[in-house]
Amino acid sequence: MSGLGRALTSVIVAGALGIAAAAQQAPPDRSKAPAAGPAPALHVPAIEKRTPANAPEIWVVPMHKVPTVHLRWINPIAGGNPAGSPPGLASLVADMLDEGAGTRSALEIADTIDYLGAQLTTDASWDAASVDLHVPVARLAEALPVMVDVIQRPTFPADELDRMKKERLASLLEAQDDPEELVRFAFPRIVYGRSHQYGTSMLGTRAAIQGFTVEDLRRFHQARYLPVARTVIVVAGDVTADTVVPMIEKAFGTSTAAFDGGQPGEAAPKPGTRRVYLVDKPGAAQSQIRIGWIGVPRATPDYFPIRVLNTILGGSFTSRLNNNLREVHGYAYGAGSAFEMRRGAGPFYAAAGVQTDKTVDALKEFFTELTRIHEPVPADELEKAKRYLALQLLREFETTRDVAASVSQLFVYGLPGDFYQTYGDRVAAVTAEDVKRAADKYIQPGTLAVVIVGDRKAIEAGVRALNLGPLTVIEAGDIFK
Amino acid sequence: MRRLLSIAAAVAALVAGAPAVSAQTRADAAYTQFDLPNGLHVILHEDHTVPLVTVNVWYHVGSAHEKPGRTGFAHLFEHLMFMGSKHAPYGDFDRLLEAAGGTNNASTAEDRTNYYIDVPSNALDLALFLESDRMGWLLDAMSPKTVDAQRDVVKNERRQSYENAPYGMASIEIAQMLYPKGHPYSWPTIGSMDDLSAASYEDVVQFFRTFYQPANASLVVAGDIDPRQAKAAVETWFSDVPAGTAHVGPIDYPHPDLREVKKKTIQDRVQLPRLYLTWITPAHFAPGDAELDVLSLLLAGGKNSRLYKRLVYDLQIAQDVAALQASKTLNSEYQIVVTARPDTSIDQIRSIVDEEIRKIQQAPPSEREFRRAVNQIESSFYDRMERVGDYGGVADQMNSYYYATGNPAYFTEDLARYRALSPEDVTAAASKFLPLARRVELVVEPSK
Repeated sequence: MSGLGRALTSVIVAGALGIAAAAQQAPPDRSKAPAAGPAPALHVPAIEKRTPANAPEIWVVPMHKVPTVHLRWINPIAGGNPAGSPPGLASLVADMLDEGAGTRSALEIADTIDYLGAQLTTDASWDAASVDLHVPVARLAEALPVMVDVIQRPTFPADELDRMKKERLASLLEAQDDPEELVRFAFPRIVYGRSHQYGTSMLGTRAAIQGFTVEDLRRFHQARYLPVARTVIVVAGDVTADTVVPMIEKAFGTSTAAFDGGQPGEAAPKPGTRRVYLVDKPGAAQSQIRIGWIGVPRATPDYFPIRVLNTILGGSFTSRLNNNLREVHGYAYGAGSAFEMRRGAGPFYAAAGVQTDKTVDALKEFFTELTRIHEPVPADELEKAKRYLALQLLREFETTRDVAASVSQLFVYGLPGDFYQTYGDRVAAVTAEDVKRAADKYIQPGTLAVVIVGDRKAIEAGVRALNLGPLTVIEAGDIFK
Repeated sequence: MRRLLSIAAAVAALVAGAPAVSAQTRADAAYTQFDLPNGLHVILHEDHTVPLVTVNVWYHVGSAHEKPGRTGFAHLFEHLMFMGSKHAPYGDFDRLLEAAGGTNNASTAEDRTNYYIDVPSNALDLALFLESDRMGWLLDAMSPKTVDAQRDVVKNERRQSYENAPYGMASIEIAQMLYPKGHPYSWPTIGSMDDLSAASYEDVVQFFRTFYQPANASLVVAGDIDPRQAKAAVETWFSDVPAGTAHVGPIDYPHPDLREVKKKTIQDRVQLPRLYLTWITPAHFAPGDAELDVLSLLLAGGKNSRLYKRLVYDLQIAQDVAALQASKTLNSEYQIVVTARPDTSIDQIRSIVDEEIRKIQQAPPSEREFRRAVNQIESSFYDRMERVGDYGGVADQMNSYYYATGNPAYFTEDLARYRALSPEDVTAAASKFLPLARRVELVVEPSK
């Protein structure tokens, strides 16, 4: 059925190209790899910005390859697990936006959108809520009013809320089945604790989900969706600003609602000594391992050194973790690391699924790499990582979805307007000393949490014998409480 | 044969209500194709949206070509293609590509194995050098040790994606129930652990010589290229790849016939029971294939689709519903998958699914319901044209179309299949190809 991946994703001048078989030619010089010329520059598309009063800002990026358009409305105050609300509310509100809005029922919204060949999605991430409309440009005028209703006039019907709550409770049950999912839930709970917003997934806890009422949703929507002047709508696709802006302005209207600022969130815990946490999955063929601690916010002044550091450690196929655990030892299908940067300090972790009987050996190799990353990085390895990182940016500007997502980042994180234009130069400026400084500051192997989801009977004794730190066994069910 | 075609414009002209005039003013997508003397078929496509090029190779071999006792070999071999070749020893491939800002990947299915390299356009020669070197001189760098190393990686891929994944063993069970022993689709692409252990260095040599010859492959170079220069570069790097010695023909195998309902229940470490109903259906592009794609949207595409609405929305006894025509070369498989909510009986779910299948077999969908599905398919063609590289990008699709139809720009004809359908065609296909009395039923239930 589906394929197996190797690793963890002008009119042509007529007459110029013959179809004749290639002429006999001398074989190429294969003694060394051909050198590449200078790398091409990314042409970052210009953003046309309009700022109507008491309405969303409109940022337009015309792209004319395919007659389609992507609209992304971004609301930076309606994501995450904000203080003052039980965890899961922001995500539930976003999910419920299209379950009834304006005069349309949930089924009518879906029917209208599907009939137009459009896609309408509502979502909340840690740093924003968003509503996306992807539509053939000829159908934009018909789809846009539905999008605006969904943002401004959701009706939150009680029976739809009840259905959505059941669906979310079943999703939490399903998450317990999958060791990869389980470690994704367990790691932040262990690192941030229950009371920090990042310590619980945006789905929320079982108790929180059960308790939500229509009134909770309405209040949240009123406080955090109606102040539209704090939001931006990004438009990427086969349009011009002159035609699309009046259409959007008319559809959105104006509002003078204001945001009261919300409550301050819980401070993140300080690192202590290294500890090991084991979630039992009897009979598991692999152990899912995640090792890390709290990392950095998106606004960190060390953004570029950290990105280069992570590329070297576990951010690409040739990175040290993947090379060690997959290529050299064959313990895993893949291994990597990440600094998840959010408005607050998101987690840093190194991770892999390793075969059960190699769990202890794999843990040793993880710490070998987490220690070795503090030594000076060889020049060629640094150069490779920098070029890889800098040039990956080209991929983020190809499709209308890509462009809408990339441009959205500028707004969500308040980045300078020339962020993408200067990105390559700023990556290139990172030195080996910068990388070492970032490693010393942000990766301290002695204070990390080691979280393992695996077959306790098979691995506990070996893990204890490694003496990484005190070992705590955690019940899978407790992670979702 | 050289052909000029604007893909976006051609599709736009077909989509109801789309402004065909403005689309036609942007005739910026075209292709050309040629064969090298060693038999390699080459397709070039120009698109300057971003300064990237993609080098996409399809080898016309997959797990269906494997021998008994060597299941999983085509996929293991795919991994070995990254382990170095004569002029690019182990490690060079990924190191050089990353240093040039590139990415790459590969995947194996029953009928084909695909590889792509996406690089900034200044590194086209590097990508062609690496791709041609492993096409011509892979064995010079191969050793039994290399095979062992990737054998371990692939076994961990099996552990991660099958044994340790919830419901991961279902697809393996279903294939065994669906096909007679020995049918090329009866074993899983990942292979069995025993067969992976048995794969030898000699197998690698044999497989490479048989299936990895240039005449059994097609190459698409697409993106930010000058077609004339790209053609010269392809000729430079691929002309000296040695030709193969024996012709590889398409697989032929008697069409399997299910004569009854085959039922099985397996247990897994899951919380929610799941039902899989599977039929053997017409091959990719055969009559019935497009009808069944439309049927999938009628049954499980969106809130108003019949199975979703009844099971998930109205009755709320299911967590999710999926329906899919998995199109393949010899035949396809049609599958309906329903995950039950806690405390729901699978029998109740099955009887409702059957009721809905009977309904669509007896009466055609309403005009609006039918149009809604076709409109979704039409706009998906736009989406498929936005990205050039990666899995599923324009280059990968051109290779797919070329392999299946001989025409790399089959987009227009493909879409025309759906536009030619009527509601009655879908009903007829559901009656003919989804008989309730001849199918495979697998239930995965929580182990106690």
